[in-house]
Amino acid sequence: MDKFTGKIWVLGDDIDTDIIIPTEYLALKTVQDMAPYAFSPLRPELAGQIREGDMIVAGKNFGCGSSREQAPEIIKALGIKCVIAKSFARIFFRNSINNGLLLIENDRLRDNVNEGDEITVTINESIEHHGNQYPITSLPQNLVDIINAGGLVKAMRKLNGLD
Amino acid sequence: MGMTMAEKIIAAAAGVASVKPGDIHTVELDRLMSNDGTTHLTIDMYNKLKNPRIADVNKLVWIVDHNVPCDSAKTAASHKKMRDFAKEHGIRYYEGEGVCHQVMMEKHVTSGELIFGADSHTCAYGAVGAFGTGVGCTDYLYAMVTGKSWLLVPETLKFNLTGRLNDGVYARDFILSVIGMIGANGANYMAMEFGGEGLKTLDMSDRICICNLCVEAGAKTALMEVDEITLDYLKARGREPKHNFKSDEDAVFTKVYNIDLSTIKPIVAKPHFVDSVVDAKECAGTHIDEAFLGSCNNGRIEDLRVGAKIIRGKKVHPLVRFLVVPASAEVYRQALAEGIIDTFMEAGAIVMNPNCSVCWGSCQGVIGEGETLISTGTRNFKGRAGHKDSFVYLASAATVTASAIKGEITTADVL
Amino acid sequence: MGSTIIEKIIRNNIGKEVHSGDIVTVNVDRVMIHDIFIPFVASKFEEMGFTKIWDADKAVLIYDHLVPASQVDDTRHFCIGNAFVEKYGMKNIHRADGICHQLMTEAGYVKPGDIVFGTDSHTTTYGCVGAFSSGIGYTEMASILGTGTLWIRVPETIRVNITGKLPENVMAKDIILKLIGDLGADGATYKALEFAGDTVENMTVASRMSMSNMAIEAGAKCALFTPDEKTAEYCGITLTDKERDLAGDADANYCTVINYRAEDFVPVMACPSNVDNVKPVSELAGREIDQVFIGSCTNGRLEDLMAAADVLKGKHVAPFVKLIVTPASRKIYREAAANGTMAVLAEAGAIITHPSCGLCCGRTGGILTDGETVIATNNRNFLGRMGTSKVNIYLASPRSAAACAIAGKIVSP
Repeated sequence: MDKFTGKIWVLGDDIDTDIIIPTEYLALKTVQDMAPYAFSPLRPELAGQIREGDMIVAGKNFGCGSSREQAPEIIKALGIKCVIAKSFARIFFRNSINNGLLLIENDRLRDNVNEGDEITVTINESIEHHGNQYPITSLPQNLVDIINAGGLVKAMRKLNGLD
Repeated sequence: MGMTMAEKIIAAAAGVASVKPGDIHTVELDRLMSNDGTTHLTIDMYNKLKNPRIADVNKLVWIVDHNVPCDSAKTAASHKKMRDFAKEHGIRYYEGEGVCHQVMMEKHVTSGELIFGADSHTCAYGAVGAFGTGVGCTDYLYAMVTGKSWLLVPETLKFNLTGRLNDGVYARDFILSVIGMIGANGANYMAMEFGGEGLKTLDMSDRICICNLCVEAGAKTALMEVDEITLDYLKARGREPKHNFKSDEDAVFTKVYNIDLSTIKPIVAKPHFVDSVVDAKECAGTHIDEAFLGSCNNGRIEDLRVGAKIIRGKKVHPLVRFLVVPASAEVYRQALAEGIIDTFMEAGAIVMNPNCSVCWGSCQGVIGEGETLISTGTRNFKGRAGHKDSFVYLASAATVTASAIKGEITTADVL
Repeated sequence: MGSTIIEKIIRNNIGKEVHSGDIVTVNVDRVMIHDIFIPFVASKFEEMGFTKIWDADKAVLIYDHLVPASQVDDTRHFCIGNAFVEKYGMKNIHRADGICHQLMTEAGYVKPGDIVFGTDSHTTTYGCVGAFSSGIGYTEMASILGTGTLWIRVPETIRVNITGKLPENVMAKDIILKLIGDLGADGATYKALEFAGDTVENMTVASRMSMSNMAIEAGAKCALFTPDEKTAEYCGITLTDKERDLAGDADANYCTVINYRAEDFVPVMACPSNVDNVKPVSELAGREIDQVFIGSCTNGRLEDLMAAADVLKGKHVAPFVKLIVTPASRKIYREAAANGTMAVLAEAGAIITHPSCGLCCGRTGGILTDGETVIATNNRNFLGRMGTSKVNIYLASPRSAAACAIAGKIVSP
């Protein structure tokens, strides 16, 4: 059973893709080049503060807006282990699965935590915060298959007989 | 002893009977033009002055043309500073009206005036016999506060023109030829004066093109004799000459060049110097990625007509980005009315709003690493149009348009 | 039990009945890739080990976000795109013809009943002609290019009925903004929107396009209109029975049904910095503005430019205020030039740019700075979208935007 503990960064509702990565930086060559500008319209200092293994806890409609896949890629590049939100926007959700960024939907956690708190996530089971348990619903099988393959690129490489 | 046009304008502005080259005079300025390239710096310095004031606000014209519309929050902030200052002080202010020198010619400049512009191509105003010269923002600020400045009286090079340009050869080819002949510093600190029978064959658009580029030979200013063409141009815009000076018969010129316009051929200035000129045919076949028809040098209705005539019924090469940028809103409206805008749009060109565009390389239309541009802009310095490792060839509207169609440098006659 | 439009489209595509919640693999009829993402699509495609595009004629590459290039590295995207097109034998490429979503319908790449995916969230636009279209990321795009298929979850449908005659000063943009305000920015997440009623039947395809375009701002997967004679004329086709049948059945299963009376709509704006922060223009009147932007795939079409020209004719943009007009396509630009619209806009002092995404994508075309306010006809007003995070962006119809440009402040059209 996969289980991990980490510090959380707390964000609000409707964190859009332009906040996650402004268009100005989208034509930079690599995701690593873009990562320092993550969340800059909202919290310019945040990208520099996030450490490997941290998690993001946010409100509803996280990742709304454009189809830019750099959004989940950058969050992953910053070392974020998973994003827990009240709900996710559709394209962001697909893009995250395809890149192996773990997303957990939970509508209660956000209103009961403070930034800097520690939480423990047990995959497909629950989130623990200050002794309280928040259950996690499991993903549909076709998505589990993509995640198990290690993302869509690896799934396709397998299809093409490369790995 | 007689005086040249430049000397007469300075003498009048200094309130003295005569001046000679080498003299330094305090002069009263008629107009002060500044654009978004440097005005924000001028404002910063102004705000640090102990007793800031503007001598005569009616002399000031501020024009936003380098980054229109804004392409970054940084340029937006510098425009806002300029706009707010202009609003507060009642300065005449244009934004989106076109490239500064073209707007000045259309709306403000008249013969015999002495004008400072915080832009090197201010020498364009010589086309109507005005002494325009480029200054930095410190000089500009001093003039803004006092209404005056000091000026070293320049020597004058005289260009006597005869004959007329052949079909397919343009004023642009002529001035590039002159710069090639005298070199990029051939007129340093000097005035370049154009006259003779040949001048009468050149319309106002040609004249602006010629004077505009004289700074690329190092000239402090360029001047043309006032004639019927000048007076008609001014009259059509409701203006009268301030003075109508002509160089005296016995004026002293440092050097006199006699040029028969019919000997001029289509010219290309190769990277990375404006005086690196060759017969355009020598560059034939050079691959291009982008072509630019526009700028204060070559973005007037006459230039667009030349390009449109060549491209009508043809298509831009699929791998070439052909930027067509009218020099002003007035030019745009005229081109729209004449169907020229549609001709370019039909051919696949990118028709931009009037601005400096790729001519100054930090606006829409920049070129990337290793790319080549053929341009009617003013300069082909290394990195001028974008990436530091890119290449700019300068040529006439005709050569640029023909090259955009072919995908490589070519002259229009062999298209 | 009957079917919704989206259920019918998917059924026709895979050849069996489907219901909302089903996870199915569909055959893709067309894909659209734009300049910002082509480098990533190209590298993922090759990393996945594909050597050919499943059907190169079904792929369309469009340069629009970076036209003209405003940063020196932008042209790298053109180089990579041109090389990809050459290597894999693509024929459908537009290098400076306008905004991707406009070109996809205008140039005939999308027909009623098609399933289309694009690397842009506003791909929902093609629902205006009765196509199921949705935005995806570049990794999924690369996999479609290789396989021609994509898994999707059949969405539930929200039915929106609008009946009656719209007030003169109300445009389709006001309707979709009002709907987004009512639904909330996530009110249609994972769902399809389906529009019906005589108000939308009487709308032009262009107006329907403004609405389907913005459906994503309520989180929708797609937004569908039933194809009709206007659709047929726009697409240059004769409708088949199958295409005519793309209407929601009376006994179809809708998760929500919303009814509006057209007469009740008023001009509205989406206020900073969320698209669902919608208020009547009358409540906002008097706020000073610095700039107006008319353009984008939402509102850069001929009827939008003409609506603006109608307001601006014989008048001039307020001193120190900029009006930037960016037509959605080359064709629209030429039509507007031919019918005198451009001349009216130019006389009024508009800055008319080349057709492209322009200011909407926030890279050029009129970026703003701290404390400035812009009235814009595009689809997003997110924090920092058009410059610094201290820029105030109000989204409005072209008619409202034009009226504000003249007044120099927010006014009712």
